Amino acid sequence: MARSYIVDDPVKQRFLLDREALVSQLVLAEEMTRIFSKCWIYVGHSSELKKSNEFVTRKVAGRPVIFVRDGRGDIRCFFNTCRHRGAMVCTEPAGTRRSFKCVYHGWTYRNDGVLAGVPGSEAYRGEFDKKDLGLRSPARFEQYRDFWFLNLSADAPSLRDYLGRATDYIDLIIDQSPSATMEIVAGAQEYDVGANWKLMVENSVDDYHLPSTHSTWLNYMANSGVKIERPKEGMVLPTHGLAVDLGNGHFTTDNVNFRGRPVAAWIPIYGEEAKPEMEAIRSELVARLGPERAKRVCDTNRNLVIFPNLVLNDGSSVTVRTFFPDGAGKMHVTAWALGPVEESQAARARRLDAFLTFYGPGGFATPDDVEALELVQQGLANWQDDRWTEMSRGMGREGEQLNSDEHHLRIFWRKWSQMMEVA
Amino acid sequence: MSAPVTRAEVEDLLYREAALLDEWKLEEWLTMLTPDASYHVPPNDHPEGDPKTTLFILADDIVRIRERIKRLMSPECHAEYPHSRTRRLISNVRIVGTDGDLVNVAANFICYRYRRYERIREYVGSYRYVLKREGAGLLIKERRVIIDAHELGSLGSVSFIL
Repeated sequence: MARSYIVDDPVKQRFLLDREALVSQLVLAEEMTRIFSKCWIYVGHSSELKKSNEFVTRKVAGRPVIFVRDGRGDIRCFFNTCRHRGAMVCTEPAGTRRSFKCVYHGWTYRNDGVLAGVPGSEAYRGEFDKKDLGLRSPARFEQYRDFWFLNLSADAPSLRDYLGRATDYIDLIIDQSPSATMEIVAGAQEYDVGANWKLMVENSVDDYHLPSTHSTWLNYMANSGVKIERPKEGMVLPTHGLAVDLGNGHFTTDNVNFRGRPVAAWIPIYGEEAKPEMEAIRSELVARLGPERAKRVCDTNRNLVIFPNLVLNDGSSVTVRTFFPDGAGKMHVTAWALGPVEESQAARARRLDAFLTFYGPGGFATPDDVEALELVQQGLANWQDDRWTEMSRGMGREGEQLNSDEHHLRIFWRKWSQMMEVA
Repeated sequence: MSAPVTRAEVEDLLYREAALLDEWKLEEWLTMLTPDASYHVPPNDHPEGDPKTTLFILADDIVRIRERIKRLMSPECHAEYPHSRTRRLISNVRIVGTDGDLVNVAANFICYRYRRYERIREYVGSYRYVLKREGAGLLIKERRVIIDAHELGSLGSVSFIL
């Protein structure tokens, strides 16, 4: 890209974003090359493939892929495209298969990718060799604690190095499980938002919007017996919260909880009968992790962004949320619930119910987020006449950075800008 | 012993409910529900799931249904302010079973949703009801809305009462 889309002026303490970055198809095309083809992109979780030969299919960065546990139990990722003429070789969303057969000419691949069958293969001569024609995999495919990512660039750093300090915040989520094993719960929420994908990154960590966008959710909490303090002078939120830079474009909020947490912070919505079990869960956490870390697990909410498009919200419940652009003004969102494998039926039910109090297309908050983002995108039709988005909130603040400022949004945009400007 | 439920009686109830929902008379709609009613929208990929073990789009007990209505009637409910205009067409109404004073009902629906500047959204699927005989009338005890689409996708959210 020939020019910058941000004005980042520490002297004047102003940060402005050129709105063209949110509406331009050319920018989107550049993003697919410079960001989605260079970064580690979330594919799926090991728990989605519990047994050998299980698979799911989905689109990752616009590419249809097969995420599969092969016959030996190894998790793999393949581009869902036949090496012959390109047809997708698997049309089912999920299932159990030892092989994938292309419906077009019948080429058949084992679930470890090997091309096993080519009808009439004697007609191929010369250099044709089935060994060279297995299903293609992304250049890199690695996991961190059951979270699998692909990278389309062979020269990328390792996933572990890429995640860097963000791993501590992933670990905090996994710490909920005594066996350090979390699982994706059945039932995916897949919905489109008529807004640029980067607006979802901002929205996922922007706590400034909570009082105005989510007042009906706050009322619901208050009506349900949740005590919500009035914000202290000069603040917009009931409790203290931070925005934390984790390096490499990753960042998180880290907030003192007020809204209840199904892991072990009781609110009346969970019911009196939940109290003893939740106290037992907390005791186990304290015994296993020590009081300090257990307190972080139980009593802080964290919305974590793994650059560019994975969000792990550990708030009213744990959600794994990823989203991909479909044009400059639209994105596809997929969200799942994550929970400890060993939790009781009652605890799981509580976790899922708590999820729906806030998150998702039928929740008490997410639809208003969607509305806000779509209003932004509609308003951006004026971008040529009203060019600059204001993102200076909290700029120049010394020391701790607040979740209700825009420090973390600026981290995203600086990283984005840096990647888009590389020659 | 109460009179057997007829399809005509069930249709009258469903049509009245559809009219109240389309007209946003949600408080009046509440009077059609039993005091222990539930309203569930399962995820598109697990339409037969149980909300205790499956992440739903929406799974309200009566307490949360009441809270949802408070929210929906507030101008601060941004996703539904101004309210969507909806029009639902209900057909293929069937009584699929009875159990004492409970009646299991299935019906098909199309619900069109309109908002200013936005595309038309067409929600298509089936309603599953458990109705309860109360005196001369019927009340809604369970209401499950199954959306046929493979994913919510361009339907976006279920921010109104579907």
